[in-house]
Amino acid sequence: MMLSKSLCLALAALLCVALTPPTAAARNLKVVTTLTDLASLTQEVGGDKVDVEALAKGYQDPHFVDPKPSFLLKLRHADLLILVGLDLEIGWLPPLITQSGNGNIQPAAPGYLDVSQFAEILEIPQGAVTRAEGDVHPLGNPHYWLDPDNGRRIAKGIAGKLTEMDPADRAYFQQREQDFEKRLAEADKKWQAQMASYRGRKIVTYHRSWPNFTKHFGLNVIGYIEPRPGIPPTPSHTIELVNLMKRENVKIELIEPYFDVKTPESIARMTEAKVVVMMPSVGGKPEITDYFRLFDYDIAILTQAFQQTQ
Amino acid sequence: MRHFQVLFGSMVLLVCAATAQQTAPAPASGTSSDTSALEQKIRDLEDRLVMLEGQVRQLKAQGVPAPAQNAAAAATPSSATASQDQVATPQGAAGYTAGAGDNVRLGGAGGAAGKALNPDISVIGDFIGGAGHNPLNPTPSFQMHESELGLQAIVDPYARADFFISFGEAGVNLEEGFITFTALPAGFVAKAGKMRAAFGKVNTLHNHVLPWVDRPLVNQNLVGGEDGIDDAGVSFEHIIPAPRNWFLDFTGQAFRGDSADVYTSSNKNDLSVVGHVRGYRDLTDNSNIDLGVSYSRGHNLFGSDFITNLYGIDATYHWKPLRRSIYRSFIARSEFIWRQQHQPSLAACQTIPCPLNMAAGFQRSFGFYASGDYQFARRWFMGARVDRSDRAFNAHLNDQGGSLVLTYWPSEFAQIRGQYRFTRYADKFDANEAFIQLQFALGAHGAHPF
Repeated sequence: MMLSKSLCLALAALLCVALTPPTAAARNLKVVTTLTDLASLTQEVGGDKVDVEALAKGYQDPHFVDPKPSFLLKLRHADLLILVGLDLEIGWLPPLITQSGNGNIQPAAPGYLDVSQFAEILEIPQGAVTRAEGDVHPLGNPHYWLDPDNGRRIAKGIAGKLTEMDPADRAYFQQREQDFEKRLAEADKKWQAQMASYRGRKIVTYHRSWPNFTKHFGLNVIGYIEPRPGIPPTPSHTIELVNLMKRENVKIELIEPYFDVKTPESIARMTEAKVVVMMPSVGGKPEITDYFRLFDYDIAILTQAFQQTQ
Repeated sequence: MRHFQVLFGSMVLLVCAATAQQTAPAPASGTSSDTSALEQKIRDLEDRLVMLEGQVRQLKAQGVPAPAQNAAAAATPSSATASQDQVATPQGAAGYTAGAGDNVRLGGAGGAAGKALNPDISVIGDFIGGAGHNPLNPTPSFQMHESELGLQAIVDPYARADFFISFGEAGVNLEEGFITFTALPAGFVAKAGKMRAAFGKVNTLHNHVLPWVDRPLVNQNLVGGEDGIDDAGVSFEHIIPAPRNWFLDFTGQAFRGDSADVYTSSNKNDLSVVGHVRGYRDLTDNSNIDLGVSYSRGHNLFGSDFITNLYGIDATYHWKPLRRSIYRSFIARSEFIWRQQHQPSLAACQTIPCPLNMAAGFQRSFGFYASGDYQFARRWFMGARVDRSDRAFNAHLNDQGGSLVLTYWPSEFAQIRGQYRFTRYADKFDANEAFIQLQFALGAHGAHPF
């Protein structure tokens, strides 16, 4: 009898420990983001009040990330999960969220933040969408963070969410967000000045990763190396593209670091164009340590390529 | 509609305001600080416009229009109560309320709201053509082997549900249908329903995610073949504290006790159980190792007094260079499985049905497979597998074989696979077979647990 009483007490004590939520006030908010860019923006506004980690690497194709159990260790204790949304992470994030055992970050829970709601989304398909068009994103192009204006909007949205979760640090997040906005506006002036001479230039890209970037900096994308989103280059499409590039005098092929350069380089040989490997995310190169350096890097190599092909 | 009207109204006002700001003549005494304040104002207005667009997108995605009509009605209670026709009637779990003029619909919301709340629906077709002679395990020349219908959605803030219904040419089988409780305290994840048991690796996988046309001999002989341990029951999963950089996870499951030729429940107490511990570690950014230990116990087809025990270890090494992850990868995997079971004497076979070539008494069977799959181009994979397994009901009979596999993906949603399979059966004959498999997916099939 005594033994069973003690057992009951021990079980009750264990249950109490298990069910008692940890106190959030004493510690930083734990934020996990799917991409490094969102981690950088969160760090900008969250400062030393947040601990931020990203799941994917900056040089990885964000469509095809392996959902590794080690990600669960990060998600398990997260207070907030920030994602790009628009189905970019559809192939890998949902099972991670389900298996995390973390009720805070389940869809629609307070710790689940899809930042596409704050950004200007381009290429939203009109009418019926079918896979005959390739791997289209029915909700619009998810590569929207590559526009500093969207960066500002996302940061503002993240600051709002951090304030909601940690109201005591409202002023801190607000001040950091305003400071970030100011620095971004100054940096954007510099980037715009660097790109000013190349506005209206025609280029081709490998995948549809750059509509927000090209819109912001006034570039004109007239073709893609992929015949359709997610479909590898075919010989017939490549020939059509070469003819188009010759006709339109296109000298820049913009590609992401995770695509094979074989086809772009053979196109470059036929058209005397230059292959420019731009980084779509923070961490794509060791020196790209934050959102500012991402644009610094991309604009530097792009302007250099424009100069070389003039 | 009211939500949209309000949002669009706000957007129009904002656009007008922004335009007015842009086109307004600059004050004569304008300074650079005025200009930058104006620019800031325009930027703020643009941001608000974009945010409103985002809200419109979200409302559209949530299918707000239909309930909005009723929200409007609810906002004016006096008018709603003025006529009996306008009394709202709750309908279905979706919370949709039918108002005047609406047809009463069974099962929840209709129209746009209904569509928005529909689960993700997918169908994966699996067509197999086979050539070669195999009297022990014959396969037809062509078969629409399986059409897997997937229905997946979030149930409520605390759970999600997944159904996978497998249509063969002649029948239908609920392959899996379970609810997952995702918001339990202390990091537990619980499931209830019919599900593939967490025994080893291959048993947990659906046909369309296997790297081969078939399942390894050890799974065919010892773990119930294609159906495997797939039963109704409950499952609990929890991450266990582990040394740094290791991921340790425990899964405990209890089932009714009916799974292919592995377990048979002769009465309600004949439950089967499964336990699995998984250890995972990233070796580098590009490679990782995944180890597992499994145990399962249940009653077999000879009755409640006859027990089957299954033990398994599995190991998977995965290499994928992240910078070239869509072009190159390599996976090596292996499972070792032991099956021990009590069987009656052969004399009992006069009263109960016994499998062919059954031996009497306690059987200890062992089997394994080892395989490697290398992706050598964006759409191309090649692989090989070695098989060896005793038979479950007669451990003295041993089958062995091997396979070569070549897979091509025309796109992410279709796959063509060729497999050559050699099997040397214990019955003293060899089977040489070739298979061609076409798999194709429609709709939004959510990623499976990994």
